[in-house]
Amino acid sequence: MKKKFKLDSPGMQTFLASVVAIIAGLVVGFIVLLCINPAGAPKAILTILKNYLNFTRPNLILKNIGGTLVRTAPLIMTSLAVTFAYKVGMFNIGVAGQYTIGIGCCMWAALAWDWPWYLCLLFAVVGGMVWGAIAGFLKSVFNVNEVISGIMLNWISLYIVNIWLNNDLTKETVSPGTLQLHNYAKQGMIPTLGLDKVLNNEYFGPSIFVAIIVAIIINIVLNKTVFGYELKATGGNKHAAKYSGMNDYRNIILTLAISGALAGLGAGLYYLTGIEQWETSASSLPAMGFDGIVAAFLGGLNPIGVIFSSYFIKHISIGGTMIDLNVYSSDISGLIVAIIIYFSAFTMIVRMVLKRLKERKAERGEKQ
Amino acid sequence: MWSSLALFGGKMNDKFVIEMQHITKVFPGIVANDDISLGLRKGEIHALLGENGAGKSTLMSVLFGLYQPEEGKILKDGKEVKINNPNDATALGIGMVHQHFKLVECFSVLDNIILGVEPTKFGLITKKEARRKVMALSEKYHLSVNPDAKIENITVGMQQRVEILKMLYRDNDILIFDEPTAVLTPQEIDELMIIMREFANEGKAILFITHKLNEILAVADRCTVLRKGKYIGTVDVKDATAEELSEMMVGRKVQLQVEKSDAVPGDVVLSVKNMVVASKQHKNNAVKNVSFDVHKGEILCIAGIDGNGQTELVYALSGLEPIVSGSIKMNGVELSKQSIRKRNLAGISHIPEDRHKHGLVLDYSLEQNLVLQTYFEPEFQKNGFIKFNEVRHYSEKLIDQYDIRSGQGSITTARSMSGGNQQKAIIAREIDRDTELLISVQPTRGLDVGAIEQVHRQLVAQRDSGKAVLLVSLELDEVMSVADRILVMFEGEIVGELNPKTCSVQELGLYMAGAKRDDMNGGEK
Repeated sequence: MKKKFKLDSPGMQTFLASVVAIIAGLVVGFIVLLCINPAGAPKAILTILKNYLNFTRPNLILKNIGGTLVRTAPLIMTSLAVTFAYKVGMFNIGVAGQYTIGIGCCMWAALAWDWPWYLCLLFAVVGGMVWGAIAGFLKSVFNVNEVISGIMLNWISLYIVNIWLNNDLTKETVSPGTLQLHNYAKQGMIPTLGLDKVLNNEYFGPSIFVAIIVAIIINIVLNKTVFGYELKATGGNKHAAKYSGMNDYRNIILTLAISGALAGLGAGLYYLTGIEQWETSASSLPAMGFDGIVAAFLGGLNPIGVIFSSYFIKHISIGGTMIDLNVYSSDISGLIVAIIIYFSAFTMIVRMVLKRLKERKAERGEKQ
Repeated sequence: MWSSLALFGGKMNDKFVIEMQHITKVFPGIVANDDISLGLRKGEIHALLGENGAGKSTLMSVLFGLYQPEEGKILKDGKEVKINNPNDATALGIGMVHQHFKLVECFSVLDNIILGVEPTKFGLITKKEARRKVMALSEKYHLSVNPDAKIENITVGMQQRVEILKMLYRDNDILIFDEPTAVLTPQEIDELMIIMREFANEGKAILFITHKLNEILAVADRCTVLRKGKYIGTVDVKDATAEELSEMMVGRKVQLQVEKSDAVPGDVVLSVKNMVVASKQHKNNAVKNVSFDVHKGEILCIAGIDGNGQTELVYALSGLEPIVSGSIKMNGVELSKQSIRKRNLAGISHIPEDRHKHGLVLDYSLEQNLVLQTYFEPEFQKNGFIKFNEVRHYSEKLIDQYDIRSGQGSITTARSMSGGNQQKAIIAREIDRDTELLISVQPTRGLDVGAIEQVHRQLVAQRDSGKAVLLVSLELDEVMSVADRILVMFEGEIVGELNPKTCSVQELGLYMAGAKRDDMNGGEK
């Protein structure tokens, strides 16, 4: 009885579908590893899955758990950004650009203006928000598809940030990377609140918890509030939203602005730990944005679901860097993730099968 | 069952051209067709009558090869046949004019007719022969069409002729008409009836799906009635009355006439002056200099053939489209520049023409849709949080009061509800707001006789409680029986004001077709 109830709930179905997708992805990934080098394949796939558990010394395990979690935080934010826009009927592919602008904003605020960390973080949020709002404005006023404008804004953001940070105030003289925060802008770093000691990782701070709290808030906004009701109605049917007197123009702009703000916050939460430098010679957008799309879908486009899917993706992609790189490429985990995404597209199919099974069962029950 | 029916058709050919025997089609949770048999004779017009959801469409889909029945078989000229897809049906000579035409808007009439059976030579389309055949058919049956006109530029009546020509071009001799008269003027309906009769006289078999009793009485030879998926019976039309047929269809006695007392019009609620609305389809204005008043306690009906500016008129009143010039005053307050929300709050409710486009968020649950106009009221929210208990409570009240049927009650997704119940939900939502002005556009479209009766009663009840009702309808019966006053729209203008008590349907039809018009002089009485 209990089992049947679980199968009934759409949340459970999504979860099962994601699990199926993950297993299928791992199987195909394993086959690829076998093709490259059969002998090392079992070990390699285990390495990917074990990630920090590959280490034996407890403090190294802790340090690597910290590293994974630090990288998970921004992914949760970008996948939340995608999820939020998607719930309102928009595909925010511009999340990579909004994230990039967020990086530019917080780096500049920290390094050039010497702003305290909370203002840097706020600036990153505002930057992402404005960038998202531009796409929203183009969509609602000029009916420009948000995917097209998003892709173009992505590239615009990349070069803007490259040019912006390519400056004595923010860039190291000998390398294209931005200045290290802990040397030049300690005031701009998010305080770790002693959490760095707990996990023996200097970058580990409250970011991951902030990301989880934001995910919960987004979940509440979408499902419990009048605001969420309006946004989802606009996404579901903008004509009906307009008919009932909602401001569909405003709602579309607002949605992409909030989505952009989430991406910007993700950038701030990550870069203000000082873990990474921005390469002003970068010729491609940070993967965090596009991974956000991946994590959002794997998480069943559910704000709580993306917490777990984001963690999983970061877990195996970091695990992927630990395999024998003389034999395999670290991109193997990227490949696995990609395959998982293809299989999550089958989420729908799995759901349908489950639904049909249920219906058949119900029918049989009726007949008896 | 069928042996008794042989009694009827003594004079006609007793053999069935097409016969469906004991068809049963089951969908999860519902038996759409439960042991239904139907035989079609050569040279007869056979009406298929039933409410919405009675299983007419399913039965036709089975005949057309779109569904496979669980039980039963189909016989053509006495031999069992298997119809696996529409191509099989076409090969057997079965053609269908669908309720919603299956035409390619941006193709010419000729292209649409030959679509799928294009005559080719060396892989290239040769239209010359096709054109000759189409023109011959069009002449023979007086189905005048311009073969080179684009579908998007011709009237609905002409589009229907294209659909009919499509069947003839394919040499079909079993013709299914799915509610063909819904979109036509009375004159066009008469013409269609004559054409159908002509087909029958020629020996073609015609299956005529409808829920308009007078049409059945006028043209059909026999009539099969379905109710809730079950076969009720087949009657000889010449021995039947409208009352009998409607009782067979609904299962109880139905009040065919709307019962209402005389209107007692009060003050003006809505006053429209010289309103002009631009068209999205063409460069002309869709609504041209229209003026009228709606009073408290009256049902004012805007009649007209689809596409004569009624849609745009309502869009302008509700705020969905801006107006070019003129004024819209509600109780003396200018509304034409106000937002939709402000207009709604000023006392307009609106049952929209297109329930899927404007009326519902299909992926929302029934209860979420029922508060679509009121979710922001203190009754349903506190500090920006939705009061789910109140919403549920309200939704259950409306479901009960308006008899909205759905699989799971309040939490049913609107998408999964039947069209009739979706419409009921919208009507419940809008009428329950109890505003001063109710704009109601084709409120009974897609509803069955029982539900139509209920909606009409509700409209009259609103009127009797002193509210103003603006009804836009394409259904002549509805216009004649519900309205207290009729304005006829033709090509964006109001061409006549009629009193339903004194004018005839034919007269109304002439106005609708643009053959007759009064000088409305700004639309004032």
